[in-house]
Amino acid sequence: MMKGGGFKIYAFVYLIFLYAPIILLPIFAFNNAAIIAFPLSGFTTKWFTALWGEPALWNAAQNSLIVGGSTAILSTTLGVFAARASTRYNFPFKGGILGMIMLPLVLPEIILAVALLVLLLGIGIPLSMFTVTLGHVLVCTPFSIAILSAAFQSLDKSLEEASYDLGENAITTFWLVILPLVMPGIISSLLITFTISLDEFIMAFFLAGTESTLPVYIFSQFRFPQAVPVIMALGTILVLLSISLLSFAEYFRRRGIARTGGKDTGGFL
Amino acid sequence: MASSPHKGRILSAEAVNGLKMISPTAIYATLLLAVPLFLIFLYSFLTDGYLTIDYIPTFGNYVETWTSPVFEKVLMRSLGVSMAVTAATVLAAFPMAYFVSFHVEPSKKSIWLFLITIPFWTSYLIRVFLWLVILGYNGVVNSTLMGMGVITEPLTAILYNANSVVITLAHAYAPFAILPIFVALEKIDRSLLEAGRDLGETPFMTFLRVTLPLAMPGVVSAIMIVFIPTIGDYVTPSLLGGPEGKMVANLVQLQYLKLDNYPMGSATAVSSMAMVGIALIVGFAQAKLFRRVYTAFMGSTNAGLSFLTALATVVISFGACVFAGWALNGAFFAVVLAVAVGHIALLVWLKMKEAK
Repeated sequence: MMKGGGFKIYAFVYLIFLYAPIILLPIFAFNNAAIIAFPLSGFTTKWFTALWGEPALWNAAQNSLIVGGSTAILSTTLGVFAARASTRYNFPFKGGILGMIMLPLVLPEIILAVALLVLLLGIGIPLSMFTVTLGHVLVCTPFSIAILSAAFQSLDKSLEEASYDLGENAITTFWLVILPLVMPGIISSLLITFTISLDEFIMAFFLAGTESTLPVYIFSQFRFPQAVPVIMALGTILVLLSISLLSFAEYFRRRGIARTGGKDTGGFL
Repeated sequence: MASSPHKGRILSAEAVNGLKMISPTAIYATLLLAVPLFLIFLYSFLTDGYLTIDYIPTFGNYVETWTSPVFEKVLMRSLGVSMAVTAATVLAAFPMAYFVSFHVEPSKKSIWLFLITIPFWTSYLIRVFLWLVILGYNGVVNSTLMGMGVITEPLTAILYNANSVVITLAHAYAPFAILPIFVALEKIDRSLLEAGRDLGETPFMTFLRVTLPLAMPGVVSAIMIVFIPTIGDYVTPSLLGGPEGKMVANLVQLQYLKLDNYPMGSATAVSSMAMVGIALIVGFAQAKLFRRVYTAFMGSTNAGLSFLTALATVVISFGACVFAGWALNGAFFAVVLAVAVGHIALLVWLKMKEAK
């Protein structure tokens, strides 16, 4: 392991590349200039206070929270069914069915968005936060399945058999034995799907109609140069929020794998 | 234990239970994914009238799409950008994945992966926008280089064109390339590497002949997971692309939301996805051909010559397909068709040779 030195330097350079935009974000959020460029010109918190006077922003934030919460609950519920089915049972067309469910992971989002748009307008459902949620659930479910599969995978089958031997049926076993064991995985999935939904732009852009979510609001503000510093302040808050949510998710994911006795292989996917 | 004698019945009960369990998710995906995708496929054969849709099926949209010089230019640019992004991300990701898998203590691996994935989940839009700041006229890159005296005037080649799109997308998709390669590297039995060393191979040759081939499945999934979504990326080309950096997603968005021509937008979307499929077939067939020729020549000559022969075979066979299409009638569609048909034939031929 002595020759890891070169790799270590590479790894740090790579991390700097990965984090460069996120490091710049707070710098410009606190920079006392209306133009986002160097050199910097002094410290200010006025962009953060300006956030209070933007009713459109608060409306978008409220929409995002509602969509994010609904998406997290719905996609995690769908994720529990699929992850349980794929780790516990063998059934015909398993690969095909799972492949279709996981497809949004690789398909460009714009294809999913226009396809949903055509369907929804075709059957006459008006565009709203509800239709955005439908789209977000589609995008988030594969991530939820990936997280939950790890939790279900490491589940010991004999615990379930013990429960049957003690007279519980399939539903009560699931409720009393399996669910508590995978609970950390479920919490991790809820947090991650909420974070994805909060950040998702394309689906919301196509399916929100006249309303907007936070990313749609942010995108619309990029057209006005004078609005950009405020967006940097908003971005700083959002990044902090996302990182906190993800840290909690990672904590619960690890606890879940430890609780069911699995080996931590790391990573969400 | 008690149920093992009735194996046949238990299996079918398990199948029923499994299908029941997956049905809510499967039904959701069918209704909101499979059906809509089929619907845009159908739409692409219809015609847009004023406020109405003409329901007589026609190939008109496809003829218009494939003969449009704008579509050709945008599609080829998208392909080029996606290929550059895929190459950059996968090449940069490999050493990182290798580092985490081979040089990080097992207990610290998940914290490293967590650090790598964090930027991927946070504020995509704002990250893309910040690349404007980094690459801009008064941006980080230009002010640093000018401060160091490397350049005297700000670089303009890195903003509002395909280059800036490539840099930004390579950044955005980096974690997606690391994870599959990391998973493949983790699966490698470490004793195989020791065996390679014990048999007298240098560390570098052990890497080339043991680690790299075993990591290939991860590299292939990394290529797929980066290439397919990047070709349809909308945000990066619209913010950083400028007029000379727009990609197919911008065209699709224009036709759906601005021109309100759903059939035309559907035809563009379906054509773009078909092109992605063709590109993957070409890549897969050529990789197979390369490996076959390389191993065939390795027996009689050295590695360098085998490599060059294999490379020449790939270039000539791809060139032959392009030339065939060009000779046919020279149109863009004919060239794409010839490349597609040629490579499907190549793939079938290689499979048949393998079967023997």
